[in-house]
Amino acid sequence: MSATDKFLRMGLAVAMFLAVVGVILFVASRFRGRSAERWVALTFLLPTGLLVAIGLIYPGLRTIYQSFLDAGGNSFVGLANYATIFTDSGQLTVLRNTVLWVVLTPFVATAIGLLYAILIDKARMEALAKALIFLPMAISFVGASIIWKFVYEFRPDQPGVNQIGLLNQILVSLGGSPRQWLLDEPWNTLFLIVVMIWIQAGFAMTVLSAAIKAVPEDIVEAARLDGVKRLGMFRYVTLPTIAPAVIVVLTTIGIATLKVFDIVRTMTGGQFNTSVVANEFYSQSFRSANQGLGAALATLLFLLVIPIVAYNVRQLRSTEAR
Amino acid sequence: MTAATPAAEPTGGTTATTTTPAVNPVTLAADNAKKRLTSPWASLFAVVLAFLWTLPTFGLLITSIRPQRDINTSGWWTFFTNPAVTLDHYRTVLSTEGSAGLGAYFVNSFVIVIPSVLIPITLALLASYAFAWVDFKGRSLLFVVVFALQIVPIQVTLIPLLTLYVDAGLAGSFWTIWLSHSIFALPLAIFLLHNFMREIPKELLEAARVDGAGHVQILFKVLMPLLTPALAAFGIFQFLWVWNDLLVALTFAGGSPDVAPITVAIANLAGTQGTAWHLLSAGAFVSILVPIAVFLALQRYFVRGLLAGGLKG
Repeated sequence: MSATDKFLRMGLAVAMFLAVVGVILFVASRFRGRSAERWVALTFLLPTGLLVAIGLIYPGLRTIYQSFLDAGGNSFVGLANYATIFTDSGQLTVLRNTVLWVVLTPFVATAIGLLYAILIDKARMEALAKALIFLPMAISFVGASIIWKFVYEFRPDQPGVNQIGLLNQILVSLGGSPRQWLLDEPWNTLFLIVVMIWIQAGFAMTVLSAAIKAVPEDIVEAARLDGVKRLGMFRYVTLPTIAPAVIVVLTTIGIATLKVFDIVRTMTGGQFNTSVVANEFYSQSFRSANQGLGAALATLLFLLVIPIVAYNVRQLRSTEAR
Repeated sequence: MTAATPAAEPTGGTTATTTTPAVNPVTLAADNAKKRLTSPWASLFAVVLAFLWTLPTFGLLITSIRPQRDINTSGWWTFFTNPAVTLDHYRTVLSTEGSAGLGAYFVNSFVIVIPSVLIPITLALLASYAFAWVDFKGRSLLFVVVFALQIVPIQVTLIPLLTLYVDAGLAGSFWTIWLSHSIFALPLAIFLLHNFMREIPKELLEAARVDGAGHVQILFKVLMPLLTPALAAFGIFQFLWVWNDLLVALTFAGGSPDVAPITVAIANLAGTQGTAWHLLSAGAFVSILVPIAVFLALQRYFVRGLLAGGLKG
């Protein structure tokens, strides 16, 4: 297919979509009178409702059902797939790795983001300093993985062979011998986690920096008059005030980390015991043709985020109630 | 994820606009002097962090312009003592011929991203308006349902959706990717736009209603101008997310050069030719360039969107 063909197809799709929206708006503008509100709501919500029902609700329920079926999706096997996840040694490694990811990434990324936000607050060239840390957010996980693969690149330790990966070069200059960073478990998982932290720290920094700027000036001033010093100011004034923002950042990065797939797939392909639940789902469903186990892994992912859903819905309800 | 983030002013891109209270200039000067005395270590640490964060990307950029022989035999940092520049790798990856040519995939990324941004924004605009300003029964319950759907992992939906697409004869076409991205974006888009819409003063809408304006007119004539920053914020969000996506594209487009975006091509290149650094580095940079340009140009809106309601996972 030529590029022109592709763009023509795209133009057609956009035109069709705009036509549909036009019809919706026309219909909605016709309603008059007392029951109009209900009909306007219905026409406005109809396309969204349809898409969400077909694309999120139905597939979600379907996957949960499938997780109780065998590899081919033919016969009912009860909880066997879940039993596999919690007993098979390969799957247990996947679980261990996922726990490592979800525990380490949010906390380290948030800590770095918070530290940086405090350090550069009101500093000269604050905008530039922020952009440097924030930029990895704009880079795809695939791009970031390539960047970091190159940092970890290994060359055999022989005379006349130079290291081309930065990390090994540093090791060699310090008198050590180069390592294959992505080969030995469990360390290789940690080196993959570094990539995610690198990406997410900028997000944490941005949100927390805004929160720090919103700390009321008079509280800071009052504390200063009371003789509170830098560290005390952070401990007793800044941190309590920005606590809600810290929690938002932690949960958001936590969810993103649970679903991480691209980094593992691009950097190691899940080999050398580096797979995580989200990547294992893809391998089982599309490579090993074990749809039952894949569905169970996806369902597990869903179960893991439910507490976060519940927490967020409660937050939402309480802000709506104000 | 929630509106719990304190309502702070957007920051990135602009200088800090903190409101300085009227302080006597002498104390202010003393304050600054004190700060300067206590913070060199802090500044040094910040500089080190910023340096560490930028270095990996910088290394790949340098690599992408070095001759292939140099890349494979010496580290990128030797470039400064032995500078040799070539644009060959970019020529190779941007061409539409050969297995290393990413040109076709680059086009696909654009074809994928434009409708995938336009469709969910438009639909979410209608839906969030209904949730914010149209009065109907079950409104808040429905809104909570849509909000909660935000956290359904995409993985859960992939296989059933793929089956649906195959049955409908859409599999392997752009349609599947456009539709999927639109669907996955809707809950977050509705949530974000709803938050912005609720901030608009009620009186404005009531005045318009008294003048005899219907919902469609209010939405487009009264609210639209006020919503432009919010729409831009979400548009950038969605642009970055779609452009950077691998999972959705891989599932629905496979690796076909007819539909697969550049992320898929790069991931394949990394898998099959792990040592072809000259192609990988240039390819990765081409894929990074577009989102970074979008990000830098529209950083302010993007940050505002981030602060309004968290981030899609």
